[in-house]
Amino acid sequence: MPILKVQKLRKSFGQTLVLDDISFSMEKGTALSIIGSSGSGKTTLLRCLNFLEQPDAGIIRVNDKTLLDAPLDRPSDFQRDIRLKRLHFGLVFQSFNLFPQYTALENVMLAEKLLAREKPGWRDQKAARVRKIEEHAKDLLADMGLQDRMNNYPHQLSGGQCQRVAIARALALDPDILCFDEPTSALDPELTGEVLRVIRGLAERNTTMIIVTHEMSFARDVADYVIFMDEGKICEEGTPAEVFGSPKQERTRQFLSRYAD
Amino acid sequence: MSFAEQLPIVFSSLNTGFLQTLRLFLITLLGAIPLGMLLAVAEMSRLKPLRALIKTVVWAVRGSPLMIQLLIIFYFPGLVFKNPLWGSGEAGRFTAAAVAFVINYACYFCEIFRGGIQSVPVGQEEAGLVLGMKPAQIFFRVKLLQVIKAILPPISNEIITLIKDTSLARIIALQEIIWAGQSFMKGSQGISGAIWPLFFTGFYYLVFTGILTICFAKLEKKLSYFR
Repeated sequence: MPILKVQKLRKSFGQTLVLDDISFSMEKGTALSIIGSSGSGKTTLLRCLNFLEQPDAGIIRVNDKTLLDAPLDRPSDFQRDIRLKRLHFGLVFQSFNLFPQYTALENVMLAEKLLAREKPGWRDQKAARVRKIEEHAKDLLADMGLQDRMNNYPHQLSGGQCQRVAIARALALDPDILCFDEPTSALDPELTGEVLRVIRGLAERNTTMIIVTHEMSFARDVADYVIFMDEGKICEEGTPAEVFGSPKQERTRQFLSRYAD
Repeated sequence: MSFAEQLPIVFSSLNTGFLQTLRLFLITLLGAIPLGMLLAVAEMSRLKPLRALIKTVVWAVRGSPLMIQLLIIFYFPGLVFKNPLWGSGEAGRFTAAAVAFVINYACYFCEIFRGGIQSVPVGQEEAGLVLGMKPAQIFFRVKLLQVIKAILPPISNEIITLIKDTSLARIIALQEIIWAGQSFMKGSQGISGAIWPLFFTGFYYLVFTGILTICFAKLEKKLSYFR
């Protein structure tokens, strides 16, 4: 049973069709890489999965549970339980979007702490639970190689460190599927390596991930499956060896040749 | 009367006037800040007619002199409806002045609040959403402090302007500090033709704005730990 199944996802902004019947599925513990030129719909696809955009049509199923079956009868259906639906996915943004007034540690802890308040018994076991959340956050930051940076504010960190905090923050809620939206595009070239290393480490531990990226060699190395998108459609898909090694579509060859060197 | 004899009379009069200035200042802040927030929320509402209404009101209030607004609010009920709503005493004049100031400053605050809220990058909201936070949590835990940091300089500007603007209430004969100082030019309590009390009124403003400036600098410094 696939962990994620997307069927005929369609989204337009005004007259522009941005996602045109996107269908794919992925297995638990695998990494899916989505490549394609700017404006091909990659980011919109991630935003639809994270319920930041409302698709016009299509089905999104996670663990055999239908999260979205559009078109919806009522617009308010999209909003119902939207917070719980979102928690199936994590999203790491291109521009980090860390909360500037919180330290690295507080950034990672905040959402988990707020969610813990909704669980029964919070009042009686508050101190113990907060301690547990803090331990968890510290472990995650240490995993990201940031044990010395936990009490720094985002503006005191480099771009690469910020992005690693953002990854820890997304992991803190233990999402089923972690999405990366061009995680290194806002970074200086010498800082991309440290972020890619962290993502590679996650892949080795079989974290289920969807990675939208322009780093072709990284996608080729890390991904179990690759989707090439063009003008809102899936133009070609397959294993990295198939898509990068022997692309069938002329459009894919064109795109990849621009990244050849 | 010697200068030494005049001094306590003048100071006692100026103190009384300054108290009225201070009252108008505080009541304006107390009324205009919440009203400004309300207007800002309304101006960002999804209802187009409401947005248009607020924009028109803000334009009219910010686009015309506060002095006209004071005169109209004070005299309009009496002259047009033959209903001197505010009464004729000092208390009535104060109420009318407070109403005019609250409306006027609420409109300025409204624009500052709206600008501050919209200055927070949309990515902050989206980051909160994908982390399963509720809209209220995103506002209070993520955005609010960033908004406060952003609006502090324009707000401090506006508040320093307000303390000086209170002197406009003199036009409806509110007995604030300028009125008190000026009274010694025309003649009051045995002192007449004296301009020096007016210089002292300036001194009151300088001290008060000085204190406010220090307070705001402290606040800004407190919020400088993040960017």
